[in-house]
Amino acid sequence: MQNKVLVVGAGGAGLVAAIHAHDNGSEVIIFTKDYPTRSQTSMAQGGINAVLKHSCNDSVDDHIANTLKSAHGIADEEQIRKLCSEAPESVEWLDNIGVQFSRTKEGKIAHRRLGGASGDRACYAQDYTGLKMLHTLYDQVLSRNIEIKNERFLLDILLDEDKNACGVSVLNKRDSEVENYYGSSVILATGGYARIYNKHSTNAVGSSGDGIACAIRAGARVSDMEFVQFHPTALKNSSILISESARGAGGHLLNSKGERFVDELKPRDEVARAIHNEMNKGEDIFLDIRHLGEAFIDAELPQERKLAKLYEDVDPVVDLIPIKPVAHYTMGGIEVDQNSQTIVKGLFACGECANHRVHGANRLGGNSLLELVVFGREAGLSASNHAKKTKEYEQTNHKQTNDLLTQIKTFANELNFYEIREALGDLFYEKVGISREKKSLQESLTQVESYLSRLDLMGVSDGSKVYNTNLIEFLEFKNMLELSALVLKGALSRQESRGAHYRSDFCDEDKAFAKHTIVDINGVVE
Amino acid sequence: MNIQIQRETLVQYSVPEVEGSTLLEVLNHIKTKLDPSLTFSSGCRSSVCGSCSMRVNEKEVLACSYKVKDGDVISPLKNVEVIRDLVVNMDKAYAFNSLSKAWINKSSTTPDVSQEEEKLNEVQSDCILCGSCYSACPVYAVNDEFKGPFSLTRVYKYVSDVRDADVKEKIDVIQNTGIWDCTLCNECTMVCPQDISSKADIEKLRMKSTQYGYMDPNFGSFGGGLDFL
Repeated sequence: MQNKVLVVGAGGAGLVAAIHAHDNGSEVIIFTKDYPTRSQTSMAQGGINAVLKHSCNDSVDDHIANTLKSAHGIADEEQIRKLCSEAPESVEWLDNIGVQFSRTKEGKIAHRRLGGASGDRACYAQDYTGLKMLHTLYDQVLSRNIEIKNERFLLDILLDEDKNACGVSVLNKRDSEVENYYGSSVILATGGYARIYNKHSTNAVGSSGDGIACAIRAGARVSDMEFVQFHPTALKNSSILISESARGAGGHLLNSKGERFVDELKPRDEVARAIHNEMNKGEDIFLDIRHLGEAFIDAELPQERKLAKLYEDVDPVVDLIPIKPVAHYTMGGIEVDQNSQTIVKGLFACGECANHRVHGANRLGGNSLLELVVFGREAGLSASNHAKKTKEYEQTNHKQTNDLLTQIKTFANELNFYEIREALGDLFYEKVGISREKKSLQESLTQVESYLSRLDLMGVSDGSKVYNTNLIEFLEFKNMLELSALVLKGALSRQESRGAHYRSDFCDEDKAFAKHTIVDINGVVE
Repeated sequence: MNIQIQRETLVQYSVPEVEGSTLLEVLNHIKTKLDPSLTFSSGCRSSVCGSCSMRVNEKEVLACSYKVKDGDVISPLKNVEVIRDLVVNMDKAYAFNSLSKAWINKSSTTPDVSQEEEKLNEVQSDCILCGSCYSACPVYAVNDEFKGPFSLTRVYKYVSDVRDADVKEKIDVIQNTGIWDCTLCNECTMVCPQDISSKADIEKLRMKSTQYGYMDPNFGSFGGGLDFL
């Protein structure tokens, strides 16, 4: 028995999976392209949804109903039921391991309101919820002495002769050596792909969908890639996130005339679209939280004040905050079953890179931190149980080679891929953003396919073997380009409007499209 | 505008002056338009992931929050191995979290936490592990096994947490190459982007340690301090 589980990605989902696989008796190795605490999870601000024993005027059924409604008919009700009913124990677990939740006067975990929720449901730690969760999870991983391989970039999933996952191939960033690691189960927890939108995204620079691109190459399916959530309130100049909790606490959205134009607590797709429409009329849009008062802002929203001052040069206590909607979260991802396993045996996925069908066409605020705990645990346990009953893989049989790095060395490097990466982001923001239509989607797909065909004219000019970020960024760019084509194909074929996917040429939801867009390496499956 | 970056040698770059540009924006400009071999780390661009800590004119900053000025000299963090240009190897520094056993010893039931108790370590739990304090700490010049500012702040975070069922293990482990090796110079506090004072946390851990029967070993060598009289 080998009983080894490899976890790729060390954000919240990966760490939760690693902890549970370890506690279930498996040997676990975690791989991250940076260091665990540098993950995207650190940027989550608002909170984690959970109806707790002391919740007032709220219930698990309400949580389920709100999540289902926001998903616009393409979520799996059973999965949502699991998500919401396991939320209380998930938050109790986080409390037990030391996450610094904000408290009520009675010493209970405090709740706040987020968009699309019928009650105050998000548990939070000021506006540093993700940061404090991530670091606490990291400490728990250290307490178990789980091995962490830092600064390893995922190149490919290794497959055995039966096309089952048997390991991972990673590039050690420090010396550019390719390293193969073998295990009976591989868990992908590599995050989303909103960085396709480049500077028009709240995301960290590493959100390039590496795991999703690798999963497709390994034979897995992905789904609903066209559903990209735009967060209504990012800082206008830097696209840095201002938490939904600012609106949850009573913050207003104003146009240039100082008028409110939308119920600020609607789900993100509706609020983002309302802002988009105002902006198209030439309005500048502002978030106004001045009336909440300095004491409240410093106690509950300290990070928002800091970010607004630092990156927009405004103080929310006395100034309006200039905002715009930008790409924030990708609902699409790797198709998984009830055990978080893909159709590739031994390959599991959780977190933003997976599609557990709980967000559907539009994720609710506070459900992504919840998802990473509930399905991180499920993936960890499933992968561990799978590893326990799988016989040791004979590494000497392994024949898979990776030619990509050798190929890249021959690339002409005539075109600066950084310029194309920026152009791709601008193209997506303009034509594959909040409002889409056939002609511009087709033009965008032609453009992306043209970029893909010219990859060999791009390439890497830095020849160093030591920490070659030029090479890593090119590999990330290639992954993003591959996923861009899938986003576009999904958006083109979905001739309706649903949740975050809005088609100006098909403005209404169409029952005929109340289904998932499923794709594998050969094209559309369903 | 000209800035200099400590690579294998000090290299000067001319970049357009844009009002309010962060250092990270300037580094990205150089990498994507002038010199793709320039090597640095970045992540969130919003001061919360701790990736882009480096030094400007000898002082630790996050590149994503520092507003760059003509003539600035950029160099990597100190007290850590430089891998390339501004990228350093944090493995050894982060390992001090494990050596300090900086995690909760879980209780079978989780007690409520009052708002006052929550405030005891709210600031300490804002730490982003950027390593600025570690770089600024002068102790490493003479003692490379010092558990160091961020790890000791992390220990304090849990020691002060009412949910921790047993803090003695942590108190025991920070006696050697830990809290008593700090010179209380306060350099860590001066550079922390999250307004954490590891120096103050170390002082609180010293007080806590005396409750567990530990004494300042430096003090002991002076015969219990009476020699001063």
